[in-house]
Amino acid sequence: MPTVWLVVFVIAVSAFGYMAGRHRALQSAGGDSRALHSLPAYYGYNVALTVLVPSLLVLALWLFVQPILVDNRVSDMIPAEAIPESSTLGLVMSDVRRVAEGLDIAVEQGALTEQETRAIRTEFTDVRSRLGELGVALGADVRPEVLQAAQRYRQINATGHLLMSIAVTVLALGGLAYSYAATNKDFRARNVVERGILALLILAASLAILTTIGIVLSMLFETTNFFRLHSWTDFFFGSTWAPNFRGDSELSILPLLWGTLYISFIALLVAVPIGLFAAVYLSEYANGHVRAFAKPLLEILAGIPTIVYGLFALLTVGPALANIFGRGPEGLLGVEWMSGATSVLTAGVVMGIMLIPFVSSLSDDIINAVPQAMRDGSLGLGATKSETVRQVVLPAALPGIVGAVLLAASRAIGETMIVVMGAGAIAKFSLNPLESMTTITTRIVSQLTGDTDFASPETLVAFALGITLFVLTLGLNVLALYIVRKYREQYE
Amino acid sequence: MTDISQQGSGPAAPSRKHGDTLMQLTARTKRRNAAERRFQAYGIAAIGVGLLMLAILVVNIFGNGMGAFTQTFVSLDVELLESKLDKKGNRDIEDIKKVSTFGYAPLIKGAFEAKVAELGLETDLKSKAMADLLSKSAPAQLRDYVLADPDTIGKTVSFRFLANSRVDGYMKGRVSRESIENDKNISAAQLDFADQLIEAGVIEKTFNPAFIFGADASDQRPEAAGMGVSMLGSLFMMFVVLALALPIGVAASIYLEEFAAKNWLTDIIEVNISNLAAVPSIVFGILGLAVFINYMHLPMSAPLVGGLVLTLMTLPTIIISTRASLKSVPPSIRDAALGVGASKMQAVFHHVLPLAAPGILTGTIIGLAQALGETAPLLLIGMVGFIASNAPDSVASGLMDPNSAMPAQIYEWAKRADPAFYERAWGGIIILLVFLVTMNTLAVILRRRFERRW
Repeated sequence: MPTVWLVVFVIAVSAFGYMAGRHRALQSAGGDSRALHSLPAYYGYNVALTVLVPSLLVLALWLFVQPILVDNRVSDMIPAEAIPESSTLGLVMSDVRRVAEGLDIAVEQGALTEQETRAIRTEFTDVRSRLGELGVALGADVRPEVLQAAQRYRQINATGHLLMSIAVTVLALGGLAYSYAATNKDFRARNVVERGILALLILAASLAILTTIGIVLSMLFETTNFFRLHSWTDFFFGSTWAPNFRGDSELSILPLLWGTLYISFIALLVAVPIGLFAAVYLSEYANGHVRAFAKPLLEILAGIPTIVYGLFALLTVGPALANIFGRGPEGLLGVEWMSGATSVLTAGVVMGIMLIPFVSSLSDDIINAVPQAMRDGSLGLGATKSETVRQVVLPAALPGIVGAVLLAASRAIGETMIVVMGAGAIAKFSLNPLESMTTITTRIVSQLTGDTDFASPETLVAFALGITLFVLTLGLNVLALYIVRKYREQYE
Repeated sequence: MTDISQQGSGPAAPSRKHGDTLMQLTARTKRRNAAERRFQAYGIAAIGVGLLMLAILVVNIFGNGMGAFTQTFVSLDVELLESKLDKKGNRDIEDIKKVSTFGYAPLIKGAFEAKVAELGLETDLKSKAMADLLSKSAPAQLRDYVLADPDTIGKTVSFRFLANSRVDGYMKGRVSRESIENDKNISAAQLDFADQLIEAGVIEKTFNPAFIFGADASDQRPEAAGMGVSMLGSLFMMFVVLALALPIGVAASIYLEEFAAKNWLTDIIEVNISNLAAVPSIVFGILGLAVFINYMHLPMSAPLVGGLVLTLMTLPTIIISTRASLKSVPPSIRDAALGVGASKMQAVFHHVLPLAAPGILTGTIIGLAQALGETAPLLLIGMVGFIASNAPDSVASGLMDPNSAMPAQIYEWAKRADPAFYERAWGGIIILLVFLVTMNTLAVILRRRFERRW
């Protein structure tokens, strides 16, 4: 892996630079560090950072940009008529990459020389079987234009890589020379180094913004592709979710949204009363021992991974509910209301259990923030403790509690594993909680796992669903924060 | 003194009849006290329900999962016949390799027949049906043994074979004669024979380290499936997360907490971070699929990609906890450092950061534990749906080769049709929880040990 060696080289140069810079600074001060502007180490850091940062930044940027440029150049080579009826440019390009990779492996294993890979022609050699012998399986015979494109791809890549190595090496050595030359006893090394470090800190902090931009852009890009292939009216206002691969899929978000909201509603129906009462009891009634014992135990529920809840829904709660409400005369109630283990109720109840500590610890904090004077006043007027809680503490804490419930709702809407394993796969509008329904997150998972073809609306719809989910949860969070800020009673 | 002066006080006061005292409760007070008790009972009930759910969950996990740590083995003495394995008799490894696993099946049948004769068991079963009590991996196990040491050909060697998952289920009470009526993999007669072997001590249930350290097996052989390889996958992902999220997160927090000016840009970053913490994890999976795989062409299913996605997901957690621990270092420390001539940067890096380190470490461990249990984004970048059967042999292959991760492996098992895999899934959860509990305990201990109250 030459890129790794490049990084190692840069690091080695910078380590050398540290020692050289430090030494030169001390020498220029005649070995007396008191004559230096900064501590000796800063002169070393200065040289090391000047070597390291620009060259590694260029390296990272190059690695990011090169694939796009290469793809563009190579895909221009593939004529439109060379793309088969059922295929797309993207699929042909992935063929090209695969062949190129195969040729790389062939060179690596010594089966072909570099010259041979350039000269190889489909007219004379069966490339597929040649590569097959080396363990590179190709789906179909290699067509001449694909092979040519692959050869071009390798060539451009190799050139790009060479240029990159040269650029990085030049930058590293140039940085070394420049900063070494600048090093003398009057050079303000500490200020320069600190400015550099501050820039790095800012870079790290802006990564959060970059991530958000990445999320939005990547989903927006694919979503516009989706709406080019599928009408947006059907997506937002249609009534059926029925993907198929004949090309006349009906992909409407509404039934999925209904399933999502219904399951979240049941989850909140479980979590909010239990969580709220638990919080009230823990903060108002429980003595120190009970609190120290029960609070961490409840919070364990929040630390359990969702896959565990998913399995719990699939293998324990689902069958148990089916035993009660289903299976006809063999069941507990002797009724046949539930046909399988997956249902809205299954997923909702399990998700509710997961959300209990979420609601309870958030409300606990909020209730504790209500000043003791208000309780004392109420108790002093003769109210009982529960009357105080209901008529004084809870109204004072209400905005915070509403905020907590909204945060829990946003968590429920975005939850994936529990609904994937517990809710089922049928998209429909129904009020019966014992039927299986499907949610936005479940459909995202099922449309994007397995073989994905980024040119079909059935795959791309997942991005439209994803951005809807993103907007939905973001909106709920912002609303929660807004409510908390706007209606919070300020006690001082 | 009577309480006569109390009579006819305000209109709001409860009507107290003659003879009532403070010792005797009025109906209204009783009602209010009852409401009080009810309210308290609701609270206790709510906590009780929460704890009950926890208890049910734990009992379920351990009740269903402990079985995965033991496995049924069949001990047999197999005669490695030269006539079957090395017809030419010259011990040429290339010739021996030509004998496929099918060639080893007769040896196992023979071993069963020998066992039956040795123990004097009476059975109508054909030797083929007897051999079906073993896992389908048994001939491969024999073949590997012989290929590793061709000199054993011609000798009789005793082996411990994995039993078929149905026999294993029978030993564990999961499979009964009623439940296998429509099962074509095993018959009641075979179970009778298994009973005889159990009595003779040939079939035994023992601890199975292969579940913890082994690789996943095909969906035909639940008895051979293990967590080891996916554990390595998780380990590599955690390396990536630690190597990226810790430095970036700490750097970002230092900037936001110590240097950032109060302006709109800082506000945007802060709002961004708190919102990112609440973005559903599956959205990070979509991002990973779109950017790392579809755009940058990093390999599908690679722990590197999983690690990158989890890094983005863990960053907000680490930033939030790091900022909290930086904030808890009192300003007097900074002032003192500045007062003796340190620059702002020196005050932060030489004094504040070391004092905040335990808190940062605690937050990082908790963030890592969260990332370790996360499944949804891994589904989208392809860490399920294949059999993680090869352990990576180097760091590069550990990062770039397709692998699974612990939660993804559990999901994969839960999806498979054979119920024998469910036991594996629960067992996998026990292993996952052991890791999580260890990490969280470590975090608590670190906090207790190094936390400073100012």
